[in-house]
Amino acid sequence: MTIQFKDQTFHDDYTFRNSEWAIRRFPFPFHEDSYMYSVNLEPHLSLRPGSVFEKTFDVDEHYISEMKDRARVLANDPLRCQSLPHMTLAGWDLVELIMEAKAREYPDLFELRRDGDRWHWINKPLEIEQKFVFMDDTTLPCGPMEYITRQTQGDFAILDQREENLWMDAGMVTSQADWSLDFDIGMNFYEWHAPVPLAHELAVFQRALKFLLNLQQGAPVRRLNWTMTVNPLLDTSPENYHKWGVQKTELKPGNVGQKQHLRVELQTLFRLPRSNAIVFPIRCYLIRLEDLVTVPKWGRRLHRVLRDLPGELATYKGFIRNRPMIVDYLSQFDDGAPTSPGIFPD
Amino acid sequence: MSAGTKKIDVTVGEVVEVNDLVKRFRFVRSDGGEMPTFSGGAHTVVEMRDGGVTRLNPYSLMSDPRDRSAYTISVRRDEVGRGGSLFLHRKVKPGDRMVLSYPVNLFALDLRAKKHLMIAGGIGITPFLAQIKQLSAMNGHFELHYSVRTAALASYAEELTARYPSNVHIYHDDRNEVIDLAQLLNGQPLGTHLYVCGPKGMIGWVCRTADAHGWPAQAIHSEEFLAPQSGKPFDVTLARSGKVIRVGEHQSFLEALEAAGVDAPYLCRGGACGQCETGVVSHEGRFVHRDHWLTDDQKACGERIMPCVSRFEGRSLVIDR
Repeated sequence: MTIQFKDQTFHDDYTFRNSEWAIRRFPFPFHEDSYMYSVNLEPHLSLRPGSVFEKTFDVDEHYISEMKDRARVLANDPLRCQSLPHMTLAGWDLVELIMEAKAREYPDLFELRRDGDRWHWINKPLEIEQKFVFMDDTTLPCGPMEYITRQTQGDFAILDQREENLWMDAGMVTSQADWSLDFDIGMNFYEWHAPVPLAHELAVFQRALKFLLNLQQGAPVRRLNWTMTVNPLLDTSPENYHKWGVQKTELKPGNVGQKQHLRVELQTLFRLPRSNAIVFPIRCYLIRLEDLVTVPKWGRRLHRVLRDLPGELATYKGFIRNRPMIVDYLSQFDDGAPTSPGIFPD
Repeated sequence: MSAGTKKIDVTVGEVVEVNDLVKRFRFVRSDGGEMPTFSGGAHTVVEMRDGGVTRLNPYSLMSDPRDRSAYTISVRRDEVGRGGSLFLHRKVKPGDRMVLSYPVNLFALDLRAKKHLMIAGGIGITPFLAQIKQLSAMNGHFELHYSVRTAALASYAEELTARYPSNVHIYHDDRNEVIDLAQLLNGQPLGTHLYVCGPKGMIGWVCRTADAHGWPAQAIHSEEFLAPQSGKPFDVTLARSGKVIRVGEHQSFLEALEAAGVDAPYLCRGGACGQCETGVVSHEGRFVHRDHWLTDDQKACGERIMPCVSRFEGRSLVIDR
């Protein structure tokens, strides 16, 4: 089907809405009625036509709006996009990965013509046409990572691999769940995960790092992560906490269904071929609770998960203050009936 | 699911005798498509079906990483090994169909380096051939010191010196030419990274000398693929499946697991990557640990084994597979 692109905002007047199509394909993250950390990685293979797991890089109705929001955030704070000098090669790897995948999987929207190193890229939704020489930085209007991630939904962290560790040495981060690239740049895997509660005790990160160091070219993996966000804000950054943090206090029993959103990240990991780095795309999907509960299984399950979540996690995910109100709202959609296994609607 | 299971069906394009000991093999995709791009220092695991025996040996990719038309490897004939190199030398002909793994890099360039100082011994030259092609395309700064037995056995030395006369230095054993390592290490600019690939003795010598000269461990990179060694046959009980398998004299422990239908993970099959690490449930006997992965303490306590290169001698061994 042809995607009907929306022109909506993720700030101030918040005109963002999900269509019926977007609600049904929302990546609901809970496969059972409770939640605890795990290294829940699976191969990033095409799954379920129409789902967000079908394509290498999912494009949906929010594409144009999200790219406008990225440009707005970057204009206000250029440090959301950084690449240390040794990461340019990885940026080219990413250009190739995304352009090849989008041109192959969305031929009606994107086109890539290659004549040796002379490439011709056409992005129809954003009305971009660019001829450039692959691996020649001077032939693009900005660095290769910035160029392609201004045209791709989701945040991107590029991780250099050395000394049996991963180092966050480049990234484009404008739609993040309260973490800062400018703070994390140059950190290793343990350093940037240091604020996460409970997981260190469970040795989750040791196992995850060991797995990632052996991540193979041609065999990408994915997982879902989640948090809660008041208002459909893509940019919930520490830099702007003074602007969005206060909005948590605006939640009331009468508006929780409209204002409170479940925020889900589709995280994928790819080994990049030339640089041997790993790219970590973090794609954010938002859904307001009143839309989410239109899928009865999701309404029941989200109620049970949030009600029973350990306090440390509700604090870390930033909704401990409003948890009673959210759980109270969701309880009206939980009749106690059993739920089916897996994340998809019945 | 095994790591390393992403495979490429290839056809042998050409086989070239480089010298008395080394042959070069060129592989193209059987479906006519392009090979995956790779990074200098990467290897591929070559599957060899030699009668009833399947061998999977890692070989460094030596071609230009940007060239997606083919992969090339160079193989040194090992008369006393378990037969993988002899199979390639004697039996593999142009037109043969084979299977390669996707590339894996355990010997990557540190792209932060201001200069790349490379020390090669013998067939250890192969990963550097790809790295040099990658670096020269990026205007990277490198210097190669390459130790060979004789001029006649100096694989690719002529091509390298012709192409990069001021970057490449060749040392011939039969002319008593020796790398003056101490002098070399002392004269390097800040930000230099050191890479060594060659025989075990050479790797140890280079790493120890660099350490003694105060080089930081992060700036020293080495790669040595261990070939599994033959040894006395031994029996192993697999705790999860209840199977009892025998590891043959010329078979690796990992190959015996695979032959028994156990889907054991692997990447390098050379004791370096850690992927095949296996828990030991109980044992009565002595481990022959040969890997670079487990620490000396781990090897001593006998709770883990790397079946790609290590063996066992004794009465009984039960593992968690």
